[in-house]
Amino acid sequence: MTQSIWRMPRWFHQMGSPKWFYGFGGSLQPWFALAAFVLLTWGIVWGLAFAPADYQQGNSFRIMYVHVPAAILSQSVFLGMAVAGAVGLIWKMKVAFMVARSCIAIGATFTVIALLTGAIWGKPTWGAYWVWDARLTSTLVLLFLYAGVMALNQAIAERQIAGKATAILAIVGTINIPIIKYSVEWWNTLHQSSSFTLTAKPSMPADMYLPLLLTVLGSYCLFVLVVLMRTRTQILQTQSGTSWLMQHRDITGV
Amino acid sequence: MYFESLGALWDMAGHGPYVWSSYGLFFALLCLNVWHARSQKLKALKQAKAFVRRNQ
Amino acid sequence: MIRFMLAIIRRDLLLVTRQPAEMINPLVFFLLVIAMFPLGISPEASLLSQTAAGVIWVAAMLATLLSLELLFKLDHDDGSLEQLLLAPYPSWSLVIAKVFVHWLVSGLPLILISPLIATMLFLPSEAVPTLMLSLLLGTPTLSLLGAIGAALVTGVRGGGMLLTLLILPLYVPVIIFGASSVAAAAQGMPVDGYMALLAAMFVFALMITPWAAGSALKL
Repeated sequence: MTQSIWRMPRWFHQMGSPKWFYGFGGSLQPWFALAAFVLLTWGIVWGLAFAPADYQQGNSFRIMYVHVPAAILSQSVFLGMAVAGAVGLIWKMKVAFMVARSCIAIGATFTVIALLTGAIWGKPTWGAYWVWDARLTSTLVLLFLYAGVMALNQAIAERQIAGKATAILAIVGTINIPIIKYSVEWWNTLHQSSSFTLTAKPSMPADMYLPLLLTVLGSYCLFVLVVLMRTRTQILQTQSGTSWLMQHRDITGV
Repeated sequence: MYFESLGALWDMAGHGPYVWSSYGLFFALLCLNVWHARSQKLKALKQAKAFVRRNQ
Repeated sequence: MIRFMLAIIRRDLLLVTRQPAEMINPLVFFLLVIAMFPLGISPEASLLSQTAAGVIWVAAMLATLLSLELLFKLDHDDGSLEQLLLAPYPSWSLVIAKVFVHWLVSGLPLILISPLIATMLFLPSEAVPTLMLSLLLGTPTLSLLGAIGAALVTGVRGGGMLLTLLILPLYVPVIIFGASSVAAAAQGMPVDGYMALLAAMFVFALMITPWAAGSALKL
């Protein structure tokens, strides 16, 4: 049945069944919601109010607790989107394409957050809202990549084809991201005026570092939550005619 | 708490606007996403129910 | 398969030469964009020579983008693309053949006319060989990467704008290194590293693009 060259365990193919994903994903949802809420609240409160201020930057460094998770997620989500797309292309799994599609909006949101918080952080630190440094510039290019995937997804009417096309674009984009990052970093060193970078990570004491870990984990949980929600929504939208859905208790209320 | 008072927490030694606007953005944009995902799902559920009712 | 590719090349060249306008357009566009810069900014030699490298590269990129939309569109519209894809040859060979013709029509003229452009923008003459070499390595890369976008938006309404949005992020590394190499040459610095990188990017594009564009065409 499968045309790929790798033999995958049964549970792998089971995940590709809309019925299974809808059920299992539904039961996982509340847990990820809880985890996201707890981790994010704990991390943010700790980072905002209890962590010691940075020696050089003062209190503005606290922006790190939202900027860094957003930056990390913006890249991981794009990679995840490409992986889901690749799985869909190789094993011809509809659900994989749905998962990929679910990643687009949340990934773009994280990218926007990373860009804006990065700019806001820049003002008290460097005196300017925008600088063409390597990090901010490559995040901007990443945003353009997201915009491209979003636009392509909406432009193609047929869902199946749209799924495959966006998968190809996401894969090509992912392969290019390291190249883009390298070239932008190199370009930046060529025209470097200041030597301070946002990501210069001095060794941080634990009570500065731990809240960051919490917010990053919490953001990942939030991402999984949103993907579960959006994928199940797509299943609802496309599987209306199937018997399993028609008899599902979400529909019948029984 | 690191700050002596809630007032100091708000002010953050002058960096208040920057920090709070960043956190506000983070919170607002992510809430927007979750809310949107939820409303889309509810709409799809409603449509699926209507479909089932029509084709009963 | 080589004969298949040669046949496609010959066919596309024939189609293009029947409409000379299609051949001239990228070139004229390139010249117009170049002319806009002094008009929009300043005709001062010192200012222009500093930005010449970047301006020429951006203009070359725009000219390539302009002609990309038609790469597959015409064949798609009259149904011949489907027929070509049905041929018993891998789709990537079709892509390479068409991209080659695209480059001959849009990239090569730019390379040939670049010394003239360099004079218009007061680029130091030491930089001209580097300019031509960087364009020689870079424009095929631009054509190849652009083919992925063109393949993805074939048959989509409003494809031109979408195409640009899709490809521009991919062009960033090529622009950076292409323009920097010329700027470095203008200052008398060695450019071997840049050329090596540009060549590597070309080879890399040559490896992924035909596969990606071929799969996209079959959608």
